[in-house]
Amino acid sequence: MAIPKVMGTEIEYGITVKNDRDFDPISSCVLLVNAYREERQARILWDYDQENPLADARGFQVDGEKYTPNQQENIARNKTLENGARYYVDHAHPEYSCPEVTNPRDLVIHERAGERIVEISRREASALLPEGMQMLIHKNNSDRKGNSYGSHENYLMDRRTSFKQIVEHLMPFFASRQVYSGAGKVGSENRAQSCDYQLSQRADFFETEVALDTMVKRPIINTRDEPHADREKYRRLHVIVGDANMSEYTIWLRQGTTALVLAMIEDGAVSRDLSLRDPVRAIKEVSHDPSLEQTVELQNGKRLSAVQLQAEYLELAKRYVASRSGEPWFPEVLVEWESTLAALERDPLELADRIDWVIKKVMIERFMARKGIDWESAEVQMMDLQYHDLRPEKGLYHLLERQGHVRRVVTDAEIMRAITEPPEDTRAYFRGHCLKRYGDQVFGVNWDSISFGIGDEPIKRVLMAEPLKGSKAHVAGLLERSKDAAELVRNLRA
Amino acid sequence: MSESQQKQKPAGREDGDTGTSGEGAKKLAKKGEALKEEMDSLMDEIDEVLEENAEEFVKNYVQRGGQ
Repeated sequence: MAIPKVMGTEIEYGITVKNDRDFDPISSCVLLVNAYREERQARILWDYDQENPLADARGFQVDGEKYTPNQQENIARNKTLENGARYYVDHAHPEYSCPEVTNPRDLVIHERAGERIVEISRREASALLPEGMQMLIHKNNSDRKGNSYGSHENYLMDRRTSFKQIVEHLMPFFASRQVYSGAGKVGSENRAQSCDYQLSQRADFFETEVALDTMVKRPIINTRDEPHADREKYRRLHVIVGDANMSEYTIWLRQGTTALVLAMIEDGAVSRDLSLRDPVRAIKEVSHDPSLEQTVELQNGKRLSAVQLQAEYLELAKRYVASRSGEPWFPEVLVEWESTLAALERDPLELADRIDWVIKKVMIERFMARKGIDWESAEVQMMDLQYHDLRPEKGLYHLLERQGHVRRVVTDAEIMRAITEPPEDTRAYFRGHCLKRYGDQVFGVNWDSISFGIGDEPIKRVLMAEPLKGSKAHVAGLLERSKDAAELVRNLRA
Repeated sequence: MSESQQKQKPAGREDGDTGTSGEGAKKLAKKGEALKEEMDSLMDEIDEVLEENAEEFVKNYVQRGGQ
């Protein structure tokens, strides 16, 4: 029986400062992240003791230096927020990792709350810059010059499912899901074949099938084995193949279909061999074909289009959902997945209000027709970039949303609430409310632990190895009874 | 998903009107005009908000590689 698909996303944003000749991305990131102020501002460490990004899911440990910053740098680069999220500086990009949620709809709410938080801090940070300069943030994945940065998805998986099974059944799904999850890109890069427009921002950057790397020679399936939970019971599948999506519907469908397929893999329900002859080549071919007509070659010699490949998964998923009780949102995922694939078969233009790559393509083509310009023009490339601009008054996705041209999945009120309130049904609730209540006494935080510095006593670390424990139902009473962290620790022991 | 999205129907297939009857054709033409106006105003707005000096902006947009 598949385990609950607890999930979250980590978005690395593009950052630049307009009119700054000496733009330095790292100091700009530090300025940005520290410009965000919550009501209770505490100096809290990110607890690197619990991190191990060099463990490989195939069962070995890779040599390499683990990054651990000193205390001052740690506090300057990491913010743990009251909504349970982590907002921080990762290399040369600001990154927002949303709190753990249990379903794709909450994921949309929390990923979008992250956009608002970054936009709030962008405004604050911009105000601190010299006259004439402005900080800009893009929720995208490349600069169109061969530099890429990721937006990663995480899904909780059962440790008993072998990594080999996951790789085998996921590879064809990942090579083809971009027909509805792609964020769209003008042109190509990283020595890929030239094209006017492609489905995905990231496809040009995948060079190998399976590996631990995330920054060079990127793999379609990443093997990082860092569960941030009980490692005897769980894996955290770290998905690096996706794009940073703007459309709520696209985010929802991407998360829903992927989580469903992962549950199927855990239950052995992907019973067909859909293995591709050359996944790395296929992911690029699919991305470079907005007509969706080209086919890719399977290991068994058959050829299928990306939409047909997805339809194979859908058919298996329908049988799977009909035959057992799973997540309550599975049936809705099936309905939307099916209607999306049908529309892609008929005419992708039907999805011009909900699938990112189609929304962007239609918008640009209309603009080109009106202006008499082509894909090479600077204005078109600007539109490609500005679609992802977080400024509500300048971002083209925001403009389309404001004018009612895109389909919403959640409400603004829900997004606003998630800026300060954690999800109620995961351990993020405990993390967030500990920060709200005992912020001054919190010493360090990681996904699966929180430690308290109480007076002169040794640091007390509370482990949260179960992502679904620490929910409101579990701990609201406990938090209510504990007026400070000392009492909380006492009550936890009792 | 929320109710709000249920109210919006997919673009391009709002009703069963095929436009073959006289009445239907008129309705469709009217709808087409309204849609064209809407798109025109959207394109105007994009033109207005689009970053000035697009060429320079795009050229200077360089990021360091990330994950």
